[in-house]
Amino acid sequence: MNLAAATNESLANTSNVLIYSSMAVYTLAFFAHIAEWVLGSRSKVGRTAAALSGAGAGAGAGAGASAAPPVAKAQSGGTAVLERPEVITRAAAGTRDVPDGPGAAGGTFKGDLWGRIAVSLTVVAFLVEASGVATRALSVQRAPWANMYEFSITFSTVAVGSYLVLLALKKNVRWIGLPLVTTVLLDLGIAVTTLYTDSDQLVPALHSYWLWIHVSTAIICGAVFYLGAVGTVLYLFRDSYENKLVSGGTPGKFAASVMERLPSASTLDKFAYRINAAVFPLWTFTIIAGAIWAGDAWGRYWGWDPKEVWSFITWVAYAAYLHARATAGWKGRKAAYLALVAFACWLFNYYGVNIFVSGLHSYAGV
Amino acid sequence: MSKANSTETRQHEDEHARGSAHGAAGDRLSTAPREERPDTGAGVPAMSVTGWVRWFWRQLTSMRVALILLFLLSLGAIPGSLIPQTSVDDMKVQAFKDQHPTLTPVYEKLQLFDVYSSVWFSAIYILLFLSLIGCIVPRTGQFVGQLRSRPPGAPKRLTRLPAYTTWRTDAEPEAVRAAALAVLRKRRFRTDEAGDAVAAEKGYLREAGNLVFHIALIVMLVAFASGQLFKSEGGKLVVEGDGFSNTLTQYDDFRSGSLYDSDSLAPFSFVLDDFVGTYEKSGPQRGTPRTFEARVTYTGGAEGAERKGVIKVNEPLVVDGTKVYLIAHGYAPVVTVRDGKGKVVSRSAVPLLPIDNNITSSGAIKVMDGYKDKKGVKTQLGFKAFFVPTFAGHGQGQMFSQFPGLDFPVLALSAYHGSLGVDSGLAQNVYQLDTSKMKEFKDKDGELLKKLLMPGEKLELSGGAGSITFEGVEEWASFQISQQPGNGWALGGAVAAIAGLAGSLFIQRRRVWVRAVRGADGVTVVEMAGLGRSESAKLPEELGDLSAALVTTAPVAPAAAPEEPDESDAPDEPGTTDATNEAGSRPVHLAEAPVEGAEK
Ligand code: HEM
Repeated sequence: MNLAAATNESLANTSNVLIYSSMAVYTLAFFAHIAEWVLGSRSKVGRTAAALSGAGAGAGAGAGASAAPPVAKAQSGGTAVLERPEVITRAAAGTRDVPDGPGAAGGTFKGDLWGRIAVSLTVVAFLVEASGVATRALSVQRAPWANMYEFSITFSTVAVGSYLVLLALKKNVRWIGLPLVTTVLLDLGIAVTTLYTDSDQLVPALHSYWLWIHVSTAIICGAVFYLGAVGTVLYLFRDSYENKLVSGGTPGKFAASVMERLPSASTLDKFAYRINAAVFPLWTFTIIAGAIWAGDAWGRYWGWDPKEVWSFITWVAYAAYLHARATAGWKGRKAAYLALVAFACWLFNYYGVNIFVSGLHSYAGV
Repeated sequence: MSKANSTETRQHEDEHARGSAHGAAGDRLSTAPREERPDTGAGVPAMSVTGWVRWFWRQLTSMRVALILLFLLSLGAIPGSLIPQTSVDDMKVQAFKDQHPTLTPVYEKLQLFDVYSSVWFSAIYILLFLSLIGCIVPRTGQFVGQLRSRPPGAPKRLTRLPAYTTWRTDAEPEAVRAAALAVLRKRRFRTDEAGDAVAAEKGYLREAGNLVFHIALIVMLVAFASGQLFKSEGGKLVVEGDGFSNTLTQYDDFRSGSLYDSDSLAPFSFVLDDFVGTYEKSGPQRGTPRTFEARVTYTGGAEGAERKGVIKVNEPLVVDGTKVYLIAHGYAPVVTVRDGKGKVVSRSAVPLLPIDNNITSSGAIKVMDGYKDKKGVKTQLGFKAFFVPTFAGHGQGQMFSQFPGLDFPVLALSAYHGSLGVDSGLAQNVYQLDTSKMKEFKDKDGELLKKLLMPGEKLELSGGAGSITFEGVEEWASFQISQQPGNGWALGGAVAAIAGLAGSLFIQRRRVWVRAVRGADGVTVVEMAGLGRSESAKLPEELGDLSAALVTTAPVAPAAAPEEPDESDAPDEPGTTDATNEAGSRPVHLAEAPVEGAEK
């Protein structure tokens, strides 16, 4: 059998065209998000400032006390209605009770419109990019994860896909839109310029169903950890902003305008935690699956190959982050820094190890 | 719930009455070690030895130290990925040492060439695992205790909990509590009625999962360590047509763990029938390998039946628990050496080592005995061999292969005679020719005798000393044969770890309390509150569902005069015995309350 013939050139070209097209659409989405943020800045919300400099200012745990005391909802008409009693929530002790910002659109109609346009464009770009990945897979008749180019395009597709799934589940995540689209463009830009590899067959070492299992979960983990990292970074900014307000400072106008529209620090923090915690078991699985594969391919389960070392480091760093969350004195900002260190390890494992460190995982194609 | 437990319940209740709002009720929602406050925890302990030991142990098993050790572990793993490691690639370490003469002694002192078996790295993970054991044992005990005792009683001020709801109903308080018990039990909460309130808890699997995960980590470590101690691993290069049987003497190289016993080698053997390698023929990735497979006939056990098998890169052959991996392959030109009289001295396939991706190979052909020169004196012959499976063509630059497949095989030889130096007793590299005690054969120009041979061609040794014929090419494959016990345990541990982790991260442990008391105006006031970990988002939702279920038996009463319950904002003093409740300003005596529960 002539394997070269199996590689369908025209499908590969179609894939490239699709990837470039998705970049064009992502660019449009990027500008739509910018429009959303700019138009949204015209609203003057200032909810955070009100919440923090108002009655409960300064008292972390007590802040929630300013909420109206719980009263049984009076039922009109005197008929006993089987209505759901209203649940009153209050922040856990030690966290600030601050309302979430209204989102990039700042509650303005025009901003919201552009935001929706941006999301729609993102959906379109996602579909185009996903078909690009799929045609690439068809052109090589295998999983499209054999080199860094393929890895990168799949990676951003999965990141955007996860974001869209969260949106579809009605989670409050539109604030990720702009940073996500920006970095997706960056990722694709690097992929098509410096990482591009012509489509081809796999070397025998990659011929295994473990490729499907191990690499696909690795990509999903990376993409979702990335969303968590965006949440963490924004948490750190927003938290400084809130701290400044609590201590009576006046943040800059631009910072205030942007920060005001983000969710509250505690919401961002919880978002990042949930994302990281949800992916951590999958990452554990990825490493174990990799070890099993290594056992079959190289005759040892664990050999401290650079890629293995960095996966391990990433895993331990995320474990440290999860521990930090459960440790008094480490919650909050310190834990957030740990989460960023952990993500940096993941990134280094992906780019750094593939490019600078030579090891058995030398399929980078660069 | 039996009556026997009622005193215990009362104690609980007492504790909670004294504790501040949800601090006490939230207590033991996890078995995580309680953090010492920095001022007490880090304080200098009593000076006695046991005092120090206890202090040290307490520090070691605290979450803070576990966290620091985890961080150190990941930090400590870094140098091993950047500096070559002896255990991974010995040659690279040697090259590094040659290049960095000043750094080398420092690195050696710090064991940076053997990071993962170094004293300091071992210290980190041993401390971590000690900490882990010191953490698991008390946590398991505590958890079992929690499973045996009842859910803690309701805190005094339910309004202070993260999720809270209240309404007034015409149903009797007792009926409401009974209904609450039913609703909660139906949702698989563990429940307990104490005093005027029902306490319920759910999600114990979180804690169980967490403990399973941490225990599984220990299982994995032990399995891995015992695997290292008992394993054996060796390499063998086999030319097509040759075989291997699993005894120590047959290995080219052999390593084993310190507790390994050579009697435990599984008795099996195999013959390499054929090696098949195919390569991309065209396109930018021309030459990239596409298939590698070794077709073998193997016999399991001492005298088992012969069976056929195929060993591929990702698919080792498993015989009697021993795995045979395909590691590398190359070419072995078949050469025949004749002496001056034309008598065949040797005929063999000589494996050569690949030096690039196109399998340009080099090596040595050695004729140790059987050869006599023209004068009838015994001597040895040596040939430096260079082989390309696909030759570029005469005059096309150097002797480098253009393609890894056997398209245009050419063997280049240069000839020597004298002593191969194999009798010196020193181990000799079979792929290198030591020419220090050998003389060159000369061609007619007085240069070293050498020639490019195609299959079937021969090199005549000068002076009628005989000839060497390049007959054809066989392929060779090298195998790694390894045996490592404990893999089953490691895999079991890994599966348990993932399952435990999922339980630990996806399940919320939470508590719900329902209090129903008759208000001053005779109408029953129902209060419900929930407490989970700070991460729980679903809690208010769940409380809403529970209250909706409860409302069916305790419907919301028509509004009375809009009575604003006065919530005093004064923080609860720990130990306060003031037991008024802000929601209904009803007199509650918590210490008395359990009696009612006990009577039930
Ligand atoms: C071998 C290294 C360890 C690893 C990889 C590890 C990993 C983890 C992970 C991933 C979690 C997250 C589960 C969650 O957030 O509920 C966790 C939780 C936990 N770990 Fe570890 N752990 C290790 C060692 C330890 C040690 C030494 C201790 C004791 C001092 C410990 C005590 C705990 C506790 C108490 C929790 C639960 C925290 C909570 O309730 O949220 N772990 N561990």
